[in-house]
Amino acid sequence: MSAPATACVLGALALLTVLDGAAYDPAGTPDDWPSPMPHMHYGMLLGDRLETRFADGADAYVWDVQGWYGSGRRRAWMKSEGEGEMGSSPENAEVQLLYSQLFAPFWDWQVGVRHDFSPNPELTHAVIGVQGVAPYEFEVDSALFVNEYGDVTARIEAEYNLNITQRLVLQPRVELNAAFSDVREVGLGSGLTASELGLRLRYQVAREFAPYIGVSWERLHGETRDIARRAGERASSTAFVAGVRLWF
Amino acid sequence: MRIRSRPFPRRTDTTRRRLLQGALAGGAACAVTGMLPAWARDARVAGNAALAGTAPLAFELAIGEERLDIAGGQARALTINGGVPGPLLEWQQGREVILDVTNHLDVPTSIHWHGILLPYQMDGVPWLSFPGIAPGETFRYRFPVVQSGTYWYHSHSGLQEQSGVYGPLVVHPREADPVQVDRDYVVFLSDWTFDDPHHVLSRLKKMSDYYNFQQFTLTDLYAVEKMGSAEAWATKLAWDRMRMMPTDIADVTGAAYTYLMNGLHPAGNWTGLFAPGERVRLRFINGSAMSFFNVRIPGLPMTVVAADGQDVVPVETDEFQIGVAETYDVVVEPGDAEAYTVMAESMDRSGYAAGTLATRPGLTAPVPALRERPLLSMVDMGMDMAGHGGHGGHDGSHGSHAGHDRSGGDGGGHAGHGGHDGMAMGGMAQAGPVVARHGDDHHGPGNVSVAEVQRDRLGERGTGLADAPHRVLVYRDLRRFAEDFDERPPSREIELHLTGHMERYMWSFDGKQFHEVDGPIAFHYGERLRLILVNDTMMNHPIHLHGMWMELENGHGSRIPRKHTINVMPGARVSALINADAPGLWAFHCHLLYHMEMGMFRVVRVAPEETA
Repeated sequence: MSAPATACVLGALALLTVLDGAAYDPAGTPDDWPSPMPHMHYGMLLGDRLETRFADGADAYVWDVQGWYGSGRRRAWMKSEGEGEMGSSPENAEVQLLYSQLFAPFWDWQVGVRHDFSPNPELTHAVIGVQGVAPYEFEVDSALFVNEYGDVTARIEAEYNLNITQRLVLQPRVELNAAFSDVREVGLGSGLTASELGLRLRYQVAREFAPYIGVSWERLHGETRDIARRAGERASSTAFVAGVRLWF
Repeated sequence: MRIRSRPFPRRTDTTRRRLLQGALAGGAACAVTGMLPAWARDARVAGNAALAGTAPLAFELAIGEERLDIAGGQARALTINGGVPGPLLEWQQGREVILDVTNHLDVPTSIHWHGILLPYQMDGVPWLSFPGIAPGETFRYRFPVVQSGTYWYHSHSGLQEQSGVYGPLVVHPREADPVQVDRDYVVFLSDWTFDDPHHVLSRLKKMSDYYNFQQFTLTDLYAVEKMGSAEAWATKLAWDRMRMMPTDIADVTGAAYTYLMNGLHPAGNWTGLFAPGERVRLRFINGSAMSFFNVRIPGLPMTVVAADGQDVVPVETDEFQIGVAETYDVVVEPGDAEAYTVMAESMDRSGYAAGTLATRPGLTAPVPALRERPLLSMVDMGMDMAGHGGHGGHDGSHGSHAGHDRSGGDGGGHAGHGGHDGMAMGGMAQAGPVVARHGDDHHGPGNVSVAEVQRDRLGERGTGLADAPHRVLVYRDLRRFAEDFDERPPSREIELHLTGHMERYMWSFDGKQFHEVDGPIAFHYGERLRLILVNDTMMNHPIHLHGMWMELENGHGSRIPRKHTINVMPGARVSALINADAPGLWAFHCHLLYHMEMGMFRVVRVAPEETA
């Protein structure tokens, strides 16, 4: 783990401790008595998408994992996502470590770092983001990333869960990526860079364990698409996906 | 010391009872540890007669962990004297009680005497009243009993209550009981889960609708015969826009719970015996961690004679909703039938507890089907419905008092007011008047919604019972029996809002979880004050004050009832008068166990004004 990432995690945990650790004095009990109602922290690890993509013979794997630890208001977050062709190392792999604070009833601001372990060269970004639930129950995760060269990129993801039955859930998902300048090192052109539209149908065997099937449309856009084409890569793909959503 | 005997006899055992009575009558102080307190017990005869004398009544309670048969399975439970629920304790008003509680667990424990007035050091809240009871230790509770009625007791340590540390408590009046009956039963309702309660809470924290398998689905939306899909979609979108669920009636449901009546699941069929022509008193106690129940006995009207242990002017009804930690005493007079089902349906209709009143053991009566799950309404949301047909009633200014301007008595009697089935409007037909509006303070990010309009809902039926085609008890039906009203006007008002964040599973008062507040709520010793509670959330919250009565201002003047636990309906504004006559530190909290644990808890400090 990179030094800034480590610092971020330690900082977030220290903040959680300081901000949540205030002792309560009921005014009257002996000084050495603890609070009558201890405040507890919780954590969760969610594999939102752990899937295989089947597209034109070039099958790929994808992971999108998130975890948090903390109280209701203040949490340390970890987010990781990446993908690669079956049998080879990931083409993209990133980990984010964030401090997250509830600032409105359904919204957290988040700050921290992101490190891309691939592609080469590895990049480290500062992250500032907003995550929450928009009206009509859209789950939204958005962030601005500034890498060590000052390049600014952005990403927004939105998901919606439609219960078909108590256990069968249809989940549309959209992800948009943008760059505010060319980031040639990783083949990004300024503007909208990539988008993904997904539709996944999962069955909750248990709340914690839901296998799914679905379809995913990915496209590159603008200058980024042209860069990819010049390199002989595809600019769009449609894939059937199968995977599992699980948490504990 | 491990006591293997069952805490509750499952049937009347006359010989045993005689023996017990003899033992009790003969000894000055009597220990009932391990005894089987007789079930079918006439409060007046078996109670006061058995409790003759004036010496302190002594009891030993042993809290342990053991494997036992429960809810149709086997589980490790936390037990009192070897059972779940713990033994039926019978005290006598005016006597002193001595309770030696021994902790056989490897973690600290405690017993809180719910609804009992006592010195605060005896109240049993760890690190507030006392340091708790350490493993291996015995704590002696000792205090005079000043009241009478039906109560209960439970652990106030962590989540132990969910695991079985609870039991019934009956205090017999010093004078003749105004309620004369031939038989007298406790009906103790509780919710049992085979899961570790800490896992239950942890799941709620991660996914607050984890246990809700009655959510709105696409299938509902196309169930045109029920509602019409256009209206269904409009309703769904209205709730989605607010990021809330109209099906959020109970956080923990029948998906996790088996509901118990006197420790028995429905197949266990707890049976209370009667002979034709007898008057039978049923002391309903909701000792659940999280579950409200709708209680009815098909074919048998119930006369409510006490609420929260306090006698009320008898009022006849066909059904009542009992919030967590509340008690209701009813008298029934079984007719010609040999058996009647005592039905306690969970408020969200995901399960039920049931037993039988019968002329002999082994009989059953039909168990009614669970009714359709209820949905929350715009009234629950606290939404202003001025645009929905002028239901506003009179709009009081912020600070007016629920119940003051109503002569009351208009709530429970009318049945069947049309099959108003629409979700958005459900419950509006009998919505109480708007008595106040919410101020600008929305209690910060830890609170999701506010009751923009606050209603007096004391005349309304409980959640999901608006359309029940028979009489349903409402709070406005309750009138104090005793003529002991304190005529002093309140010198002060304290207003608290019940707040929370379902998705984060944070619960609070005024938007602050307990660990975020800076000190206790100050009551001045000797004052009479008015406590105003406003429920900004979408859920019912049974609010419990330790150590002092809350006199629920339900419009009956000097007849307003005393309660230890007041259920505040969503979007409701209620007020209670309190005599701050009990110095010390008292817990004040939502009695939904996981809400309390997640921050809906405050300390009330009663002290002379100059030092408060």
